[in-house]
Amino acid sequence: MPSALLGRLRDVVVDVGDIVVLCREILGSLRHRRPSWADFIAQMHFVGVKSQTVVLTTGAATGMVLCAQTYFQFHKVKMDTATGAVVSVGMCSELGPVLAALMLTARVGAAMAAELGTMKVTEQIDALRTLATHPVDYLVVPRVLATIIAAPLLSIEAVFVGILGSYQVGVRFLGIDGAYYLANMRRYTDPTDVAIGLIKAVVFGAIISTVSCHKGLTCRQGAEGVGRATTEAVVMASISILIVNFFLTLLLNRVLNPI
Amino acid sequence: MIDVRDVHKSFGTQPVLRGVNLRIEAGEAVVIIGRSGGGKSVLLKHLIGLVPPDSGEVRIDGCGLSGMDERALIGVRRRFGMLFQMAALFDSLDVYDNVSFVLRREGRHSEAEMRGMVADALARVELPGIEHKRPAELSGGMRKRVGLARAIVYRPSILLYDEPTTGLDPIASDRIDRLIRKVWEELGVTSIAVTHDMRSARRISNRIVMLHEGRVYADGPTERILSSGDPTVYNFVNGIATETADNP
Repeated sequence: MPSALLGRLRDVVVDVGDIVVLCREILGSLRHRRPSWADFIAQMHFVGVKSQTVVLTTGAATGMVLCAQTYFQFHKVKMDTATGAVVSVGMCSELGPVLAALMLTARVGAAMAAELGTMKVTEQIDALRTLATHPVDYLVVPRVLATIIAAPLLSIEAVFVGILGSYQVGVRFLGIDGAYYLANMRRYTDPTDVAIGLIKAVVFGAIISTVSCHKGLTCRQGAEGVGRATTEAVVMASISILIVNFFLTLLLNRVLNPI
Repeated sequence: MIDVRDVHKSFGTQPVLRGVNLRIEAGEAVVIIGRSGGGKSVLLKHLIGLVPPDSGEVRIDGCGLSGMDERALIGVRRRFGMLFQMAALFDSLDVYDNVSFVLRREGRHSEAEMRGMVADALARVELPGIEHKRPAELSGGMRKRVGLARAIVYRPSILLYDEPTTGLDPIASDRIDRLIRKVWEELGVTSIAVTHDMRSARRISNRIVMLHEGRVYADGPTERILSSGDPTVYNFVNGIATETADNP
């Protein structure tokens, strides 16, 4: 049992080391040659445009549920109108970026790992290399750039529809006064909450794309290898997002929002 | 000129190459033969730097590949074209984008020039006018011919073929062999192929190298190797299984 645990720990350390090397390759690629505009646009379409439905649905559902749960607790102490402030701050700095990132991991990260993994096992990655093309330049950089840019934009959308959904639930169904709802939301939501959410979304975008590309590029042979790479990409990216989110919350609040 | 010096390669605890020495001059048409799992494809991938040796060295025109990083190898690989066993066409691109891939990445040619070069390459492999087809719409033989067009369109000086006729019917195999021969004769390239197909080896080479137990076992002109009386070479060339032979 301890040896299995040590083996697992060693795999994680090796993975982290490989991802650091991949990040260095990405930075080297950006210095070395300009990314292809067409590839970048294609990835933006795939990551940004095609993720709208899942991210908007998640954002709206989260905002509505958060509003209802907060109202049921706050109503006991006659703080109904503070509901909007809790939803707003929670969506902007935590739930918006984290849930959008988790949805992106499931949709985009899995697809990236599966696509690159399939290219690896069908020798298309080797073919790229024989065609004097660095796989990081052609495959990884456009995906990483697109995800880093799309993640905060999708996060903004998730936050917006979440707050809109919470307003509808709070004001129309639960009977909270709309003017107070909005006033408290504006009063307690600081621009730094928005900034924290956006910074987190950028970091999460980088995590999703680098982890998924790494898992795809290091995929083992066969259909089982592609399946395993896809699963590992989703699990590793999701766990990394949750862990990094905790430390970013502490760090960014200390730096941007000192008490 | 390609110079392979004492190359060793293992995967895990399994040694595949155990000290391969080989020298291929410019303009030769060489076929590497040997049993399945004998390291032929691994050796081919060493020549282009896709697989690094555990020890030993590969030199291309005097330039050692050892220690070169992926970016440095890009310059060396520009001299190579490679046809993969399953063609390895990019399935997200159509035939035109596959064949023009390197030209587009280099950015040295106008769209009109690229169209002309792609049409010329497709005509050489006897597949004119299929630029807009997707790889999924092509048969196995057509995919290999498109792979060959992609490999020759930028005029490399060395062409590598990894089992070019595997999985094809005899007619398609014959067509691929003729194309490989034609490309070698017309473009004056160095041609290196890995194959088990002795009929194909006879057609496309003027020299055969046989790998056995991780080393070069026999090396010489095609007809001399194919008519060799050495039991190991004879049994392999004529497909005779012996009691002592390992299972592949």
